Amino acid sequence: MSLQDIHIRVADAHTVGSLDAILNEIASRLHDFVDTGATSLIDLKSLPFSAEEYEGLRATLGRGEVTARLDSIGDSEIYETRFPGVWWVTHYNVEGDIVADLIEIASVPAIVHSQPEDIYVGLARLRQTLTSVRGEPVEP
Amino acid sequence: MKEHETLEQRLGEQGVSRRAFLKFCAALATMMALPPSSAGAIAAALSQAKRPSVIWLSFQECTGCTESLTRSHSPTLESLIFDMISLDYHHTLQAASGHAAEQARDEAMKAFYGKYLLLVDGSIPLKDGGVYSTIAGRTNLDMLEEAAKGAAAIVAVGSCAAFGGLPNAQPNPTGAVAVSDIVRDKPIVNISGCPPIPSVITGVLAHYLTFGELPALDELGRPKAFYGETIHDRCYRRPFYDQGKFAKTFDDEGARNGWCLYELGCKGPTTHNACATTKWNGGAGFPIEAGHGCIGCSEPKFWDAGSFYTPLSAPAADVAAVAQVSMIAGAGAAVAMGALDRAKKQKLQQSREKLTVADLKGD
Repeated sequence: MSLQDIHIRVADAHTVGSLDAILNEIASRLHDFVDTGATSLIDLKSLPFSAEEYEGLRATLGRGEVTARLDSIGDSEIYETRFPGVWWVTHYNVEGDIVADLIEIASVPAIVHSQPEDIYVGLARLRQTLTSVRGEPVEP
Repeated sequence: MKEHETLEQRLGEQGVSRRAFLKFCAALATMMALPPSSAGAIAAALSQAKRPSVIWLSFQECTGCTESLTRSHSPTLESLIFDMISLDYHHTLQAASGHAAEQARDEAMKAFYGKYLLLVDGSIPLKDGGVYSTIAGRTNLDMLEEAAKGAAAIVAVGSCAAFGGLPNAQPNPTGAVAVSDIVRDKPIVNISGCPPIPSVITGVLAHYLTFGELPALDELGRPKAFYGETIHDRCYRRPFYDQGKFAKTFDDEGARNGWCLYELGCKGPTTHNACATTKWNGGAGFPIEAGHGCIGCSEPKFWDAGSFYTPLSAPAADVAAVAQVSMIAGAGAAVAMGALDRAKKQKLQQSREKLTVADLKGD
């Protein structure tokens, strides 16, 4: 007897119902974003998906034109789905476990923006680099 | 970490960027079951938060709760211990033993009197003067009463500490009771479960660290963010229940199709926990996803609530209406609910029945 002889059927994700619910919620939030500019986030880890539904959501949303990779206390994968304004953001820790799995409705996910605190530190570092190259202080 | 330092300062010194800090806060929001948009508020609170001292006492327990905690993925136990809390006493995890270990506990209790967080796993035996569980020659009761005096708050980790758990099951030979049966004058959080979900333990600690107060609790002292809904309400198989599609045995067509396990004894409708969404083993799954019903381990007296394989004797309020609709549709969902006679129901509630082959078959 081989594995193929065991008749396990995988339920169609759409028959269970959660996939339609999340897609409707995404559509509603995207509509709000178009209307008012309000960005929003959906925590996928807080929703009761079966493995099939989760894969169904991935397949339905697909991948769009932009992918970003964040290398900061573990990887983060960020990509726009084939619906512009709908982003899939997955944060991993250094061990490679998923620590946050989000759908973000925005033009650009917030985590991608350079943070003012980091820009300030970066500017100081750049000036220091110039000082060491020229051997003299650089005026702010 | 130096005592006066905040977490953000500490991370800044390590060269961790603000963006990385915001990512960490997004992970914390997920872990605390807060809306993802609260990451900004978490970041603001954490930039002021100090690292609290934590004392962990293990009483009449199996170490399953600590085993569970050490499998926390977000954050890892290491980052929790080294960056977020100061774990000053935990007799399983600490390197020190004997007098040195007990001294560490005494010193932490004195140095942080009124401020430390006390975590307890295991029940406390009271019978025969509490002799059934002792540490360093002292009874659990004695040690708990002493440590509780200086605690800012107490976290009862696991169903034994929260409700008495397995040691408290009939006939309760050691007279085991819960923490809340002994300590009445301190805020107590019950993180029930046998064991609790690792990220729920760390989530409650993170909440205390972040906001400096305990999360909102339900009537049994459990954090609402994790225990606010039943397994049944959040189960991915719930639509099958609503459609009246039930597995009748563990290997029939319904089981293979992933239908509802209600008739096989699933306690999901009466059990409050986050298994269906937070899941286990880093999000890999939870018992129902593996084809076995919920055993109700986060509810009081779950060991004495009848066989794990007997359908719930008292249907939830909305079950009757659903069942009626299903019967009209010919699905026969109500069969299991009326199957148990009144006497057997009482017997089930009074003492846990021995599991039989008939139970497994769902007869």
